[in-house]
Amino acid sequence: MSPGARGHHLRVAWVEWSMSLLGLALLVVAFAAALSVASVGLPSGVRARTSGALTCLIGLAGVAAGASALLGDSLSVAAPGLLPLSSAVLSVDPLAGFFMFVVGGVAIAAGVYSVGYAHPDEDAHDGATLPTGVSSRTVHAALPLFAAAMVMVPAAGNVTTFLVLWEVMALLSLLLVLAEHRARPEVGGAGVWYAAMTHAGLVAILLGLVALATAAGTESFAGMREAGPGLPSGVRTVVFLLVFAGFGSKAGLVPLHVWLPRAHPEAPSYVSALMSAAMVNLGLYGVLRVGFDLLGGGPRWWWVLVLAVGALSALYGVLQASVATDLKRLLAYSTTENLGLIFVGVGAAGMFAADGDSTLAGLLMAAALLHTANHAAFKTVLFLGAGSVLRSTGLRDLDKMGGLARRMPVTTALFGVGALAASGLPPGNGFVSEWLLLQGLIHSLSGEVEPDVVVAIAMPLAVGAVALTAGLGVVTFVKAFGIGFLARPRSPEAMAASEAPGTLRAGMVLAAVGCAVLAVAPLLLVRSLDRVLLTMSPIGQESPVHGAVMLELSGISGSMSPVLIAVSLAGGAALLALVVGRLGRRQPRRTALVWGCGGTRLSPRMEYTATSYAEPLTRVFDDVLRPEHDVDITHHVESRYLVESVRFRQRVPDRVEARLYPPLVAGVNWWASVARRLQNGSTHRYLAYGLIGLLLVLIVLGVTS
Amino acid sequence: MRGILRKIQKVGRVAEPALPVDLSGRQGDEMFGGSIQVRHVDAGSCNGCEVEITSAFGPVYDLERYGVRLVASPRHADVLLVTGPVTRNMVDPLRKAYEAMPAPKRVVALGDCARNCGVFAGGYGVHGAVGDVVPVDVEIPGCPPEPEAIISALRGLSGR
Amino acid sequence: MSGPALWSVVGVVIQVLLVVLGAPLLVALMRQVRARLEGRAGAGLGQPWRDLRKQLRKEPIAPDGSTVVFTAAPVVALSSALLIVAAIPLITTTSPLDDVADLYAVVSLLLVGSVAMALAGIDTGSAFGGMGSSRTITVAALAEPTLLVAGFALSVRVGSSNLGSLVEHAQRAPSVVLSPATLLAAAALWIVVVAEAGRLPVDNPATHLELTMIHEATTLEYAGRDLALVELGSAIRLTILLGLWGNLFLPWGVATTVTPGALALGVLVMVVKVAVLGAALGASEVFMAKWRLFRVPELLAGSFLFGVLAVSSSFFLA
Repeated sequence: MSPGARGHHLRVAWVEWSMSLLGLALLVVAFAAALSVASVGLPSGVRARTSGALTCLIGLAGVAAGASALLGDSLSVAAPGLLPLSSAVLSVDPLAGFFMFVVGGVAIAAGVYSVGYAHPDEDAHDGATLPTGVSSRTVHAALPLFAAAMVMVPAAGNVTTFLVLWEVMALLSLLLVLAEHRARPEVGGAGVWYAAMTHAGLVAILLGLVALATAAGTESFAGMREAGPGLPSGVRTVVFLLVFAGFGSKAGLVPLHVWLPRAHPEAPSYVSALMSAAMVNLGLYGVLRVGFDLLGGGPRWWWVLVLAVGALSALYGVLQASVATDLKRLLAYSTTENLGLIFVGVGAAGMFAADGDSTLAGLLMAAALLHTANHAAFKTVLFLGAGSVLRSTGLRDLDKMGGLARRMPVTTALFGVGALAASGLPPGNGFVSEWLLLQGLIHSLSGEVEPDVVVAIAMPLAVGAVALTAGLGVVTFVKAFGIGFLARPRSPEAMAASEAPGTLRAGMVLAAVGCAVLAVAPLLLVRSLDRVLLTMSPIGQESPVHGAVMLELSGISGSMSPVLIAVSLAGGAALLALVVGRLGRRQPRRTALVWGCGGTRLSPRMEYTATSYAEPLTRVFDDVLRPEHDVDITHHVESRYLVESVRFRQRVPDRVEARLYPPLVAGVNWWASVARRLQNGSTHRYLAYGLIGLLLVLIVLGVTS
Repeated sequence: MRGILRKIQKVGRVAEPALPVDLSGRQGDEMFGGSIQVRHVDAGSCNGCEVEITSAFGPVYDLERYGVRLVASPRHADVLLVTGPVTRNMVDPLRKAYEAMPAPKRVVALGDCARNCGVFAGGYGVHGAVGDVVPVDVEIPGCPPEPEAIISALRGLSGR
Repeated sequence: MSGPALWSVVGVVIQVLLVVLGAPLLVALMRQVRARLEGRAGAGLGQPWRDLRKQLRKEPIAPDGSTVVFTAAPVVALSSALLIVAAIPLITTTSPLDDVADLYAVVSLLLVGSVAMALAGIDTGSAFGGMGSSRTITVAALAEPTLLVAGFALSVRVGSSNLGSLVEHAQRAPSVVLSPATLLAAAALWIVVVAEAGRLPVDNPATHLELTMIHEATTLEYAGRDLALVELGSAIRLTILLGLWGNLFLPWGVATTVTPGALALGVLVMVVKVAVLGAALGASEVFMAKWRLFRVPELLAGSFLFGVLAVSSSFFLA
């Protein structure tokens, strides 16, 4: 467990454990989950508030539990007989605590936001029809339960508990994704893709963890941790690959990411925030838990694979995001991009840990974990902002938005904070973690250990990939913020926008405050990550990041001060504005029509749209993106020489999905049609199947025991 | 590249020495302080005046040495240089270009057509002289005016 | 304040004042070199300052429908440029802000300036603004990999990406400057300097055709003091890029101690270096025409390749 902890290691049968903050928080989570089930009976107005309040409470408990685990507390509880085939074991260590902290933080903001999300007229249905969409009982009950399952997944202490909690989380998230299926047909298709992929991932994780448990002889994580390093390398490799595939799919890594851009846009926005900013982190948690903790690190080629997949995901995700015109699809691909960057850090950390350079490994892992927290904060702000816009205008299409800055000033400002952070520019919080990641990568060739050829080739390519991702990320978020919120509205719906109600703004403000704190005081989190790094045996030492105002790397030379940069930028801008204002006070600013070369008055429809904004990039990368164009020309009735209207549509499909998945789906269909021959409708045959299956199992058990 | 280098060496300086110009009594220095940016609008001319303007900004006369520069956007400009009689379709664009300029601003009507429609007076497509559409500050007579006249008028505005 | 600390603050103040006052002079020098090569007389070295003085007296205009982003963008861009000037080693490597921003932070701050102007371009609500914004941010995004990889190549030998350390290390050993890694990185970064400063062959700073503009199209709506800030900011950006390139690859003369003599020498050497580089850039523009927009990514990809070669050679030929 974590050394130097004032922990309470208790093995207790039922409820008698001492009330450490950690234990109390977990109890609160369980209680709130139970209450949420009970809340289905409440009338709909009260239900929304209850559901939001319970989610917020669960988030607070998660944050408290995570913080106390990060500060050294730990917990280990076993309840035998609670789950079939095994006992339920909860064990919280700093690694689990970090993820509980992050998930809890997102749940607080999403919970507050969800209270006001349903339109008032959705509640004002006549008593005869049931409420649908986000006001339905299912959604209100599922939301706190989903948050609770997410908070508890890192606390699972054995394979069975983990898998049960994982599957509960997946099913509840599926319910939430399907919340608005009556309103739009695409939601159903998105739900099917999501269900299929998350269960395929579950199968991979199940196989991997069960193989590990079988080889280690025990299913508790503590037992596997001791036996892990001693297992034969073939078994370890198979386990790692299976687990990486399953958890990587949940984290949205290419090529298993295809559910992300389908499911996240269709879910209600606070659910998208929970999925994109909290649930995908649990995929990362799984890889870290199995790869670094249970298996105790691995040969370098594992981590080179992780690095390569991460870099590929980052590049592909940001490229698709930069050409996406649907705002929520853009944010979903941005999640793939950020998780890709995080896995670049994890892969590089694993490589250096395998080589023995623990300083660099610690730095890179700290950068990856800090980026997880930063991403959770800014992705929440962005999705909640997109939700406010969607609720107020009914628009997700950037090409139709615009002019929202005057009509929704608070949402615009908060979305701007999130966009600055997501683009990785100072003074945002994304910049700090990207800087740390780059420092780790560039010091690889001048570190303590003599670098070899693999490192010498991989590191420049990794730096190039991170740099191109950063650049394209800037384009993406300038596009999202600029086209979506600035200038004049491009459609009547955008013109009719109004500011979001109180609880929505409160939710966004909470997430934005998280971004701001992480931007100027990242060290608060980085110091507590030291305990996490100490639990990971291949790294086993504190991270080299120090300093409050100035971030310094000890043992490696490098420093940067996010606080001073932010203060200087703000101070400099204020000073300049004052000086120039005084110089020019005799000439007040005039507002005039925009200069359009003197021709007809520029209409808002003549502004650049998101499609046109990304056109140079689409052209540069058209081999990768393969955009599809549709041009529809309507000629004048009187003459084919005169054009009445031209309609241009561009679609950028997900090329990975279009190339890799149709053969897979066709294969599954073929297999299913073969299997259908087994089901001919005769009950006698089905009974015979059951009897033969049972006999086979008995024979196998008898032979092997 | 070697060809251009040889040409530069052979030709040397093309710009003719500055002409003596009497700047007293002109509205120059205190307003623009030796720097004016000019936005040219062709309101319907035959392009004869444009040829002379091109020549004035070319290497022989080099109007830029007096602090005069051509710009693309009226928002960047101080002086609106209008050539030609204002045709019906150009009335609105000319007015918009004038309104788009920030104060303080000046209008220069270049050529006889800009001053009083010249040879196009009374044509069916002609709306009127520049002075009928926007207030004119400086007039440069000639059809087309010589580059020296253009230079002395613009130097009077820039004060250099 | 103790002696050395006082002198290092004095050094930073001199650096900032020198760049702010000298950036328009650099622009004037480049225009004058071009004019003389074209056989013209040119407007003189004081012209950009006369232009700025006049613009400050003119009326600023905001387009209808724009937001605070339009009016704040020039201020943000100039403020990020001034922060960079205070933090990078132009005259001296002993600036107290040297540890605040390393190579990567400086690259990101340059990008902040580009982003501010790009957002302002969209906020104008005109098609030219959107076009300029889209093109300028695409060029900036494609130049970013080269900047970071070339920076990687330079920081491998030193073991740090701190700019002061890079300059000091290069000063100590002339063989460092002539190594293949440094030469390749110099070529890669020169292409990026040309692209980021908006000079030929990437972008023509003197063009009047809006459809050929990359950077200027975002500033077509600015007037008055906003325009003055934009032009000063662009001149300072050019000075930063040339000064940084000069000090990374021709590091001799940069003050590494805080004595008044070293500072004075640093000032002189920096002025000479930036003037020579600026004149060379201006002269080279006479021989070139602007490239088609969609050949620019090929140019930037070529510079990225140079950067990757620089890193590999810094490792394999170390």
